[in-house]
Amino acid sequence: MRTSRVVAIVAFNVFKESVRDKVLYNLVFFAVLLIATSLLLGKLTAGQEVKIIKDLGLAAISLFGVFIAIFIGIGLVSKEVERRSIYSILAKPIRRHEFILGKYSGLVLTLLVNVAIMSIALYLVLGYMSWTEAEEFKRAWDAPAADPAMLKAIALIFVELMLVTAVALFFSTFSSPILSAVFTFGLFIAGHFNADLKHFEGVVDSRVAASVARGWYYVLPNLAAFDVKAQVVHAQPVTAGYLGFTVAYGFVYIAMVLLAAMWIFSRRDFK
Amino acid sequence: MTLAIRTTDLTKDYAVGFWRKRPYRALDQLSLDVGTGDVFGFLGPNGAGKTTTLKLLMQLTFPTRGRAEILGRPVGDVDVKRRIGYLPEHPYFYDYLTAEELLGGFAGMFGYRGAERARRVGTLLDEVGIGPERRLALRKFSKGMIQRVGLAQALINDPEVVFLDEPMSGLDPLGRREVRRLILRLRDQGRTVFFSSHILADAEALCSRVAILVGGRLRTVGSLSDITAFHVRGWELVVSGVEEPVLMRMGLMQRTTRIGEERYAIELPIDEPPDKVLSDLTVTGARLVSLNPIRDTLEDFFVRQVSGVDPPESRVKG
Ligand SMILES: Nc1ncnc2c1ncn2[C@@H]1O[C@H](COP(=O)(O)OP(=O)(O)OP(=O)(O)O)[C@@H](O)[C@H]1O
Ligand SMILES: [Mg+2]
Repeated sequence: MRTSRVVAIVAFNVFKESVRDKVLYNLVFFAVLLIATSLLLGKLTAGQEVKIIKDLGLAAISLFGVFIAIFIGIGLVSKEVERRSIYSILAKPIRRHEFILGKYSGLVLTLLVNVAIMSIALYLVLGYMSWTEAEEFKRAWDAPAADPAMLKAIALIFVELMLVTAVALFFSTFSSPILSAVFTFGLFIAGHFNADLKHFEGVVDSRVAASVARGWYYVLPNLAAFDVKAQVVHAQPVTAGYLGFTVAYGFVYIAMVLLAAMWIFSRRDFK
Repeated sequence: MTLAIRTTDLTKDYAVGFWRKRPYRALDQLSLDVGTGDVFGFLGPNGAGKTTTLKLLMQLTFPTRGRAEILGRPVGDVDVKRRIGYLPEHPYFYDYLTAEELLGGFAGMFGYRGAERARRVGTLLDEVGIGPERRLALRKFSKGMIQRVGLAQALINDPEVVFLDEPMSGLDPLGRREVRRLILRLRDQGRTVFFSSHILADAEALCSRVAILVGGRLRTVGSLSDITAFHVRGWELVVSGVEEPVLMRMGLMQRTTRIGEERYAIELPIDEPPDKVLSDLTVTGARLVSLNPIRDTLEDFFVRQVSGVDPPESRVKG
């Protein structure tokens, strides 16, 4: 009761702050990018433009989201410590781990609104393209323009963003924003090539190097698993089982990272 | 009687040094009891360890040794936090929230809702003198206005014990007077106020008891009138419309400083009542400008204590 109340208050403040800090301006860029590209493509590539817009739209949702997750995430806790706004909050009836949970939920809420608006914009643009397209071209499409299957890709993108946010927040509980940005971005890149580490023994001879690589494989998040953009755009199936497993994997990873963040934060001295 | 605050051997070492970290003792075995209903002045020069103590009491840092209790419970207890308020030193809040939103959020953490919450926020902002600017983002606030918001947030839950780290800092004279009134009002409501300051006048005007901390160690604790250093040692009498021969005739010349045209300051020891000298002087046509007690200031006390205390280097060990 008290927990959910204080967590919600901290979360809502994060959301309000980020909205007023003009974070949602990126939505305007997104819309402009999408509409400008679709207008441009219409003249060039008959029949292919819907695929290109889907590709571009999904990639942009993911990329813009990652930027927000990292750039707000890295400051979520460290900025409060640096500016000492944390002092007055922690004197209120809130436990430290509740504060972390609130900060996290606030940024996830911001991302949710952001991803939702972008997705609606993407569907609108695609719907418009479908409406204005000649029937003979439509027959050549693998999937309808406003294809509901895209929601699968968007859902996984969102879980990936939640994971990146958790990682950024984790680093933010004990290091400066710049270091956190470097670490998080590094982990994000490494996470996308993670799957390669699993089969490292096929690449190198050294058993040691192979087992180190395997160790990293389990520590680093496997972010490539969240990327089903290509399948969705080319109308290949993404099974419910795969979705369920990947989302569960994401949530377990997020829970571990958040627990670690709370553990560190609960022991910190604010000097 | 239950104690509002109790610290036992409270000690805090900070790690200093860039390469080889060494412990630096910011607070050394502080044992202090503060009763409920006290207005307690926590005094000391810069770097004495006042803020360190308050941060330990708020569990923003953890003690190296010793323990601290508020209202009979260990610090950090959520049920205790419900009953206390804290104004940090140089408070800072969120840039993009308004004063109203900030306080509304804090009030929500204590379970205030709806109309009651709005009323609570409104009265507190009125009380600390924040007018229509309460609807502005806090980044547009001046330092003194932020300090006032800080005071308001410290009182949002009607706390039983209020911790104020230099509540007057950054305030104009009017603001200082308002804060004094506020503290006295809290006292009249039976609340405990624990505030840090390096200004003796603030403590004199408000405190039932004070503690003086120098170099991380407790030097004195008691009521101001008990602390002999602050007893009146004499009087400073300033008069005008008097001529030097008159003063010479009265044998006051060695103790007199000329401060202007026919204007003199005379220092009198404590056993020489100023009324007698004053009446003798007024007969000759002198006029009283001012009469002030002479005593050690907090600064004098600090200087004396600091010179008697080991130099800061000895606080670094290892
Ligand atoms: N984070 C820190 N790291 C290292 N030393 C610190 C830290 N914070 C405070 N100190 C040291 O601890 C001592 C006590 O500092 P503290 O801030 O408690 O003093 P204060 O009494 O509040 O002084 P002021 O009146 O200036 O606010 C000082 O010598 C200070 O240099
Ligand atoms: Mg201080």
